[in-house]
Amino acid sequence: MESVKPLLEVKNLHTHFFTKTGVVRAVDGVNFDVKPGETLGIVGESGSGKSITAMSILGLIPSPPGRIVDGEILFKGEDLLKKSENQMRQIRGKEISMVFQDPMTSLNPVFSVEKQMVETVLAHEKVTKKQARDRAIELLNLVGIPDPSKRVKNYPHEFSGGMRQRVMIAMALACNPSLLIADEPTTALDVTIQAQILELFKKMQKELDMAIIMITHDLGVVAEVCDRVLVMYAGKPAEFTDTKKLFDQGKHPYTLGLMNSIPKISPNKEKLIPITGLPPNLGDLPKGCSFAPRCKHVMDSCLSIDPTLQEIDENHFVRCLLYEESKKAVTT
Amino acid sequence: MSALLELKNIKKHFPLKSEKLFTKEKPLLKAVDGISLSVRSGETLGLVGESGCGKSTAGRMALKLLEPTEGEIWFKGENITNYRGEQLRKLRREMQIIFQDPYASLNPRKTIEQTLAEPLKIFGMPKGQVTQRIDYLLDVVGLSSYHKQRYPHEFSGGQRQRIGIARALALEPELVICDEPVSALDVSIQAQVINLMEELQAEFNLTYIFIAHDLSVVHHISDRVAVMYLGKIVELGDAGEVYSNPKHPYTQALLSAVPETNPHREKERIILKGDLPSPANPPAGCKFHTRCPFAEDICRVQEPELKLVSTGGQMAACHFAKEVVTEGNFT
Repeated sequence: MESVKPLLEVKNLHTHFFTKTGVVRAVDGVNFDVKPGETLGIVGESGSGKSITAMSILGLIPSPPGRIVDGEILFKGEDLLKKSENQMRQIRGKEISMVFQDPMTSLNPVFSVEKQMVETVLAHEKVTKKQARDRAIELLNLVGIPDPSKRVKNYPHEFSGGMRQRVMIAMALACNPSLLIADEPTTALDVTIQAQILELFKKMQKELDMAIIMITHDLGVVAEVCDRVLVMYAGKPAEFTDTKKLFDQGKHPYTLGLMNSIPKISPNKEKLIPITGLPPNLGDLPKGCSFAPRCKHVMDSCLSIDPTLQEIDENHFVRCLLYEESKKAVTT
Repeated sequence: MSALLELKNIKKHFPLKSEKLFTKEKPLLKAVDGISLSVRSGETLGLVGESGCGKSTAGRMALKLLEPTEGEIWFKGENITNYRGEQLRKLRREMQIIFQDPYASLNPRKTIEQTLAEPLKIFGMPKGQVTQRIDYLLDVVGLSSYHKQRYPHEFSGGQRQRIGIARALALEPELVICDEPVSALDVSIQAQVINLMEELQAEFNLTYIFIAHDLSVVHHISDRVAVMYLGKIVELGDAGEVYSNPKHPYTQALLSAVPETNPHREKERIILKGDLPSPANPPAGCKFHTRCPFAEDICRVQEPELKLVSTGGQMAACHFAKEVVTEGNFT
């Protein structure tokens, strides 16, 4: 994996929103990369900046009030931030596509699935309508929708939640993207359906050899499908490493706090250890480390110094002062 | 332990719009289709199932927020099924509910003080004591008395849920129905609220019916668990027993579908085919047969009864779960 050139590199990304009440630093210095064919998880709670990071990659930040104030997003070596709106439109849906959380609001209710899928295919590929329709049916079949040639004529409301999410995935796959961004794709679904959809993601990835960025708040989903994980807190990365390493030797107090907060299904019930306090207001972040007010291991220096992301072990990055002395300084 | 609340074969059928013209017959959506449960004083009974399985409807019937179509509800040894008006109002003091959405369940135009004072005033608490009681309630749920002049929008989701809990506890109820109380909250906040609920239960000797779709949360908080599927209870028993040794294929599938937070453990997963059938048109026989990996002919025609499947009192409604015959009734 080491020598593989990354498919996507996000460097020092800052996406801020300029509102009446001040600047909201939704994403404030995020670095990560995605290798071809891998699944990268981005975890965090509401307001941690995980969705805004995804929207920034796709150039979907509503502006005003939002603006990417700094950073680079290199996709196949080219900076997406330097592309024109027209060029981005070519990339979006073809090279990089997205699956949203809520399949009901992300499908157009007044058009049949066929019409919406054909539109996507025709927008990006030089094919006839007939070919586009065949492609749509083939895709629905691929994602496991029974009787696709009939179902393609249905409207979104005629599908169940799980089926709608399958339709969304089929649409996202329409042009064989090399990167699929899935923003909480299973959050709105029941667990048995979630299991089906996660299975589908794994199968599609294998068959189509694409990279996936899986945005979620559920560490269980991360453990199931992701190769590497970026944990975000208040717009900044907290920890970035392999999934196994994160669960075995997670280092950042926030990561550990999250894991202790989740009830586990095991014979002996332990009391949950929650993280105290509330996430900070992104428009008014505390000085120093933004996790400091909730951190168990807070030191005096945490209140004044904002730590940087350090590689404390091979491929294990942590942004915490506790680990700064044992570091080998790495510029990231 | 005595039963605080008993549901006896309760059903709730909602009439749907008729598809045919000129007919009085309306198709029915059978949200809850005959469940019997007894809730023991001081315990937490978890009610799990996927969306549309009738778990919330069952909870609301227990509180008499919905009238059951059929069946009886007993509370502290009294049949409350036909309680109306004043009788019902008095009863409500003893049973309360915490709702899922902390954004929608608090009146946005009332301060926290007004919200919390309302039930106290209705039940005739002298004015002098009201303020004191509110301060106490806020303290109990981990908020401060200076919060009471604020409006709901000034609070975060977790804090609002705490207010919802304070409101439910205002009248010192015995039974609290918790309808997905933590599913709208972030993980770190969720743990805070779960711990709070556990502490309050111990302090005030509360009985909870905990309705949720998150299986690990239910396992954590419940003493006993009832698993529902399409308006029926398919499995019921001690939480530890049901989770470690599920007897019904649906419970097995449900538990295997929970994402494992340990990346080293490869879990054998039962992936169910298809979706939940519509409760407006449920399958004949065992309602789970359309998705069940073990379904046989008998499942398509005959509906299984809930029967005792372990000496510990675990019950399951499946033709192929082995029945255990013992003395006594565990429902």
